[in-house]
Amino acid sequence: MRLTREQVRHVAELAKLKLTDEEASLFQEQLSSILEHVDRLAELETDSIPPTAGVLPLRNVMRSDESRPAFPREDMLANAPEVEDAFVKVKPILDPEKLSR
Amino acid sequence: MELHQLTAHTASELLAQGEISSVELTQALLDRTECLDGTVRAYLALLTEQALADAERADALRREAGNLQGSSVSPLLGIPVAIKDVICVSGAPTTCGSRILENYFTPYEATVIEKLRAAGVVLTGKTNTDEFAMGSSTENSGYFTTHNPWDLDRVPGGSSGGSAAAVAAGMVPLALGSDTGGSVRQPASLCGVVGIKPSYGRVSRYGLIAYASSLDQIGTLARDVTDAALLLSVIAGHDPRDSTSMPVEVPDYCRALVPDIKGKIVGVPQEYFSDGIQPEVADAVRAAIDQLVDLGAEVREISLPHTEYALPTYYLVAPAECSANLSRFDGIRFGLSAPDAPDIWESYRLTRERGFGPEVKRRIMLGAFALSAGYYDAFYLKAQKVRTLIKQDFDRAFQEVDVIVGPTSPTTAFCIGEKADNPLQMYMSDIFTLSCNLAGICGLSLPCGFADGLPIGLQIQGPAFREESVIRVAYAYEQATEWHCQHPKVDVSIELGA
Repeated sequence: MRLTREQVRHVAELAKLKLTDEEASLFQEQLSSILEHVDRLAELETDSIPPTAGVLPLRNVMRSDESRPAFPREDMLANAPEVEDAFVKVKPILDPEKLSR
Repeated sequence: MELHQLTAHTASELLAQGEISSVELTQALLDRTECLDGTVRAYLALLTEQALADAERADALRREAGNLQGSSVSPLLGIPVAIKDVICVSGAPTTCGSRILENYFTPYEATVIEKLRAAGVVLTGKTNTDEFAMGSSTENSGYFTTHNPWDLDRVPGGSSGGSAAAVAAGMVPLALGSDTGGSVRQPASLCGVVGIKPSYGRVSRYGLIAYASSLDQIGTLARDVTDAALLLSVIAGHDPRDSTSMPVEVPDYCRALVPDIKGKIVGVPQEYFSDGIQPEVADAVRAAIDQLVDLGAEVREISLPHTEYALPTYYLVAPAECSANLSRFDGIRFGLSAPDAPDIWESYRLTRERGFGPEVKRRIMLGAFALSAGYYDAFYLKAQKVRTLIKQDFDRAFQEVDVIVGPTSPTTAFCIGEKADNPLQMYMSDIFTLSCNLAGICGLSLPCGFADGLPIGLQIQGPAFREESVIRVAYAYEQATEWHCQHPKVDVSIELGA
């Protein structure tokens, strides 16, 4: 199938990717040609075939519920771009003006 | 023989006899790397100081053990190993070949690295890779392209191209790679070395940064089958920290190193000799199959009828998993971030726009599309069903054959830039390796000839958790041939070029 420019923009937003106009048109072409190739799966009759998500005969692998040492907090924070006290700092998620109402 | 030409098992004997020290060996390899790697560009980061410290420790340990009666040391004690930069190593950067992890230092270490350290290896550095292991040439690395030691104008294959090139060029005898659709076997083929992709679940993925979790597996690269098997023996086994690692015994792969394959049944799928294959590759592989017959194997024509659907299946399943896995790169807890963004949503977009290269973006988008409302059934679910058919092809085949033999890659190494503008063309480079990952079985590539001075790889695939079968057939073939004794004259070509 061929993707429209709007579909490319929509998928980019789903994946939180910002695209330049140039990238959007390049990806439109390239992804369309890849999707045209994968379309050939439709040739196969698969109604009665179960899907394979993983190949191993393992289901619901549990570990015992025991406490164990955690990673040191400083180590885990060391890679964070913005840190305050013992926390990873993030930009506002909610609009402050709406919150004050 | 010069130190850089030694295989790990020969070096191990010399170390045990006290003929050489690990410090001498490591220093020789680091010196050679310094000479060659400005041109080959196999390493993203060389761990010179740590490696020499590892080597000193190994030498001390060996001296200590020598003084103790009856103590035995690991065969890899003091042997240098390079690590593909998608595997977490403490004290070293882990970039995944991506700008988004440019300054990332992992707070934890992969299980395979813990096992290697326990065996006393020398970690030489982190090797180049296509960004997040997505590619077949290392051209998708966010940093630079690695060059094939056999012809510096050509790609080493990928995505474990840095590991394959480092081993081929004699910078290191052993390396780890990762294989999601051929990323160990295809570069092994293009660089004329041995590469093993273990069965899914054989080696712990803990500390392997995920690309496609149901397909990823860490594998080994070496200059002969013995070395590749030796390294696999050290890293294989169940790990409680990876719920997809299989709680089953690991056989001693060294016991499979016997040059006897009389009565083994070798399947040859007609689908692996399709039109797109380079004639010299087909000829070399057919000659290798004849050689297996001479060695006493029985060859049987088989069919893997869904082979042609492996590529479309893989390019839905892998991107879908990648789009989920790579959502963690959001500029909040680690990696590149966008401090100039006004809000969190824009911060995500800018971080990912700046940090990911085009192939990673393509696969994330392809995956997000295949999983999106309205397309999930037609694409993702359909691919999962065809994956079942591909797996059933192998299940049926392995009821009548011990291993399946064919080409690893349809061509020898291609030129840098040749396929860079055409993603689909690049994907074709993995048509014979993708189904192995989709089915979760094991596979190995080893040299079986040359065309115009470029190596050709023979692929041997075996049932899940039967690595010893493929190792045995590969070893018997290797012992009867001399392809693995040829090494690229990369020092000469660099000198001529300079």
